[in-house]
Amino acid sequence: MKRLFILMALLLPLSLYANEARPLADDEAVEQRLIKIAEEMRCLVCQNESLAGSHADLAEDLRREIRVQIRAGKSDAEVMDFMVTRYGDFVRYRPPVKPTTWLLWFGPFVLLVLAVGALAFMLRRRNHLSPDIPLTDQQKQNAEALLRDKS
Amino acid sequence: MKRTLWYLIPLAFFIGLVAFFAVGLQRDPRLVPSPLINHSAANFTLPQLHAPAKTFSPADLKGQVWLLNVWASWCVSCREEHPILLKFSRNHVVPLIGLDYKDQPSDALKWVGNYGDPYTLTAVDLDGRVGIDYGVYGVPETYVIDKMGVIRYKQIGPVTQEALDNTILPLIAELKK
Repeated sequence: MKRLFILMALLLPLSLYANEARPLADDEAVEQRLIKIAEEMRCLVCQNESLAGSHADLAEDLRREIRVQIRAGKSDAEVMDFMVTRYGDFVRYRPPVKPTTWLLWFGPFVLLVLAVGALAFMLRRRNHLSPDIPLTDQQKQNAEALLRDKS
Repeated sequence: MKRTLWYLIPLAFFIGLVAFFAVGLQRDPRLVPSPLINHSAANFTLPQLHAPAKTFSPADLKGQVWLLNVWASWCVSCREEHPILLKFSRNHVVPLIGLDYKDQPSDALKWVGNYGDPYTLTAVDLDGRVGIDYGVYGVPETYVIDKMGVIRYKQIGPVTQEALDNTILPLIAELKK
């Protein structure tokens, strides 16, 4: 028993080596990806902040969760999927293009086309409304007189 | 006559736009519809508040309609819905399971000790991980879960008497059939 203690005491210093500082680069890569992903997401508690910039409790939890997933080797798209299945498309700052958002994405262009079409239609109609009225002889002479004066 | 009709088009367009915004601006931006409605409720196993040695898992309630109420002792608006939940639980309509979200069990026990305990049992979600799976973003939140373990409704914010009478109770009655 006593010998065991002595042996243990002798082995003790071996376990006391200071740990090597954890390589920062490894963590930094995770952190960089976390920020890149979280900047694309809306914080649900304070809706005008991104998940990357929010100090809300939930945002911290979600960042922790994303960190775990990044370490587990999930792709950015998989992390985004994880969030969207739980919180809906609302977490994304960029809404996806799908039938329910077609109006959002293409509505402005539809309006533009309609407006340009309406403008073209009106201009053409106006042309028809003002047919050429031939000048009288008097008017022609006046016009020529004016042009001559100018030069 | 035809000419004036043409001039009315921009006006009609403007009125349409105003109507669009009037509806949009009156919606509460805090109510984010949950994508989990009509999806299976995530399973979990968590210790019970009153008996930490025992656990609770949604699978235990398969075949029953039940409510999951996310609450915490630090949550102010949980006090608001508390009397309604107490009254609801007295009628023993369906099991009411509490999820004590990001809370110290000692505080939670004190809270139900002080204000009354409406819950069939409460599961302790200390780090909020289960909350993430349920898309919890503000406490209180209440989920109606059917016999198949599918989430059928989510009440965001306190359960009001109105929401209970008009939405939750009729839904429970229908799901129990």
